[in-house]
Amino acid sequence: MTLIQLAGVHKHYGDFHALKGIDLDIRQGEFFSLLGPSGCGKTTLLRVIAGFEGVSEGSVSIDGRDMRGVGANHRPTNMVFQSYAIFPHLSVGENVGFGLRRDPRPREDKAKAVDEALEMVGLSGYGKRAAHALSGGQRQRVALARALILKPKVLLLDEPLSALDKKIREQMQVELIKLQREVGITFILVTHDQEEALVMSDRIAVMFEGEIGQMDDPETLYRRPNSRRVAGFIGMMNFLPATIGQKVSQMKSRPAPPPGPDNRGLLQRLKDIGRVVPPAPKALPEYETGIEVKVAGLGRCIVPPEQIPDRVGQGETIVGIRPETLSILFEGETTQRNIAEAVVDEVVYYGDMTYYDVRVAGVEKPLTISMKNLIGRPVLDVGVRTRVAWDERSLVILGS
Amino acid sequence: MRSLRVYAVLYLLFLYAPIVLLPIFAFNDSAVISFPLSGATTQWFTGLADEREMTGALRTSILIALISASFATVLGIFAAMAGTRSDFPAKRPILGLIMLPLVLPEVIVATSLLIVIVQVFGLDPGAWSIIVAHVLICTPFSVAILNSAFQNLDPALEEAALDLGESRRGAFRRVTLPLIVPGIVSSFLIAFTISLDEFIIAFFMSGNTTTLPVYIYGLTRFPGKMPLVMALGTLLVAASIILLIAAEAMRRRGLRRAGLKDTGGFL
Ligand SMILES: Nc1ncnc2c1ncn2[C@@H]1O[C@H](COP(=O)(O)OP(=O)(O)O)[C@@H](O)[C@H]1O
Ligand SMILES: [Mg+2]
Repeated sequence: MTLIQLAGVHKHYGDFHALKGIDLDIRQGEFFSLLGPSGCGKTTLLRVIAGFEGVSEGSVSIDGRDMRGVGANHRPTNMVFQSYAIFPHLSVGENVGFGLRRDPRPREDKAKAVDEALEMVGLSGYGKRAAHALSGGQRQRVALARALILKPKVLLLDEPLSALDKKIREQMQVELIKLQREVGITFILVTHDQEEALVMSDRIAVMFEGEIGQMDDPETLYRRPNSRRVAGFIGMMNFLPATIGQKVSQMKSRPAPPPGPDNRGLLQRLKDIGRVVPPAPKALPEYETGIEVKVAGLGRCIVPPEQIPDRVGQGETIVGIRPETLSILFEGETTQRNIAEAVVDEVVYYGDMTYYDVRVAGVEKPLTISMKNLIGRPVLDVGVRTRVAWDERSLVILGS
Repeated sequence: MRSLRVYAVLYLLFLYAPIVLLPIFAFNDSAVISFPLSGATTQWFTGLADEREMTGALRTSILIALISASFATVLGIFAAMAGTRSDFPAKRPILGLIMLPLVLPEVIVATSLLIVIVQVFGLDPGAWSIIVAHVLICTPFSVAILNSAFQNLDPALEEAALDLGESRRGAFRRVTLPLIVPGIVSSFLIAFTISLDEFIIAFFMSGNTTTLPVYIYGLTRFPGKMPLVMALGTLLVAASIILLIAAEAMRRRGLRRAGLKDTGGFL
């Protein structure tokens, strides 16, 4: 069920066009993220939904009600501000109970509601403390409790985790997901951190310069980005020039390879945090016919037609290939995948992973490859000649 | 470094020696202002209470200072809100104009205002015109103090109050006002002190109205009353210092409340 609907929303600040025709449908109970680089209009969009900014054009409706002329204080939304906006002159309990003033319930019931809200965010017994003495993580919890106590239909979160250290941030990500499932309220999260968006969201809208570039679930967004911009913003991606050729029919020269264990390394890791692991992708049906694609530096391959978006025709194109879908073939290893010759250009060792930049013939920019550091695998030195295994199924055809 | 220290000591001596002399002679048991001191007494202070004119001038001064400080602070709140919260054409020049009396010599303010009142409107100057002029010179200080109070206030706080269901007025009353109260008190105290101590304008404008500084100036013509002037001056300096310290304490309290670090101020 659609809870929030934006249709053709434009926002001008004087000469500046901050939102350029935003269409959005956000469903009841969804964890929705607005992802994009700083300055692309995420906060503006959130403030339009909250009612702090009017629209220059277009409409916003929440729960089937047009929000034109409805002020922020009368909308069924609550916000967790980027600065948290904890009232410094009030205690933690007074902060959390701030919105209950017009609530007709008796005083004891309200006090109980405050205690429950504090418990929900793990701050039981903090009610009497002074708000300005809290740590960043605690402030954020207070901001959450203060908003959730009012049982909004939508909770808006503006980069709520960006001010926290890495460790607390990761812990809060998990807690936020749990909390959202628990209360069943629709969350709209603004973030510029693509990893955070992938980990937390049911769906993500990727924004650039006041427009939505792509709106999909995390897996589709990661596996099938619809443009070079999106592909480059989400995860790491190698871009290569390529040529799309004719449809060819050919006998399979080799059996379909089994999906490699390292095929979905990064996504796998992200997915494992706090959610059910999706089933492994089915092996694509063995194909007889396909479209010939020549990728610079890697070579020729046959790609199933459904892998090529409709908008991309024959001729020059850009293809993307993720670092974790490429692998280095170490001494003595064999593969049924395609092989290209390469020279190691740069090695970055991360402990569990090693990132290699390798040069392939005819391509100026080195390719980045991430390899799990399995037992017995060496770390190659710069300048070593090696072979790169790649798979046509991991090619993302982006168009020109 | 050494010469700098010598300079600093000389500077402080030059600045404060005359003020230190005030209490010394105020407690000196002699009608003549000169060394050596003859003995300690509090007679000049008790004598002050009998000076009918003096108590009248004091009452006038306090009344003028109260009214001027109130007006200056209210105007300061409006100006600071406009300056920090909203955008309008020619905002900077307008705000600059408000601050202008800060650098304008008071003699100029006093003379030009007197010309306007007497020549243009044909009115008699009096307490009301002193108040007008004092509001003019106190407002920039109020604006400066309140500006910093508003600037230290995260605009998201008021929005958060709105978001939690408060009306605009409710948000102002429950969030903004409590957070700027220290700024308001500080502004009021500073403006009050400035008005209380101001001489030139009060002197130019005094028709039948005599403020305390003008009264003191009048006393200096009678050598026999000099010790009284000293006693009165001592009280005035003490009052001013207490008021300024209170104002600064309020300003710091405001910062603490807003959870901010101190970044300077008047003291
Ligand atoms: N009140 C405003 N007046 C003028 N420009 C604004 C205002 N608010 C935001 N902008 C501009 O709109 C753009 C988008 O801002 P914002 O929504 O805050 O971006 P994000 O949250 O994605 O970083 C920025 O270039 C910003 O300068
Ligand atoms: Mg933002």
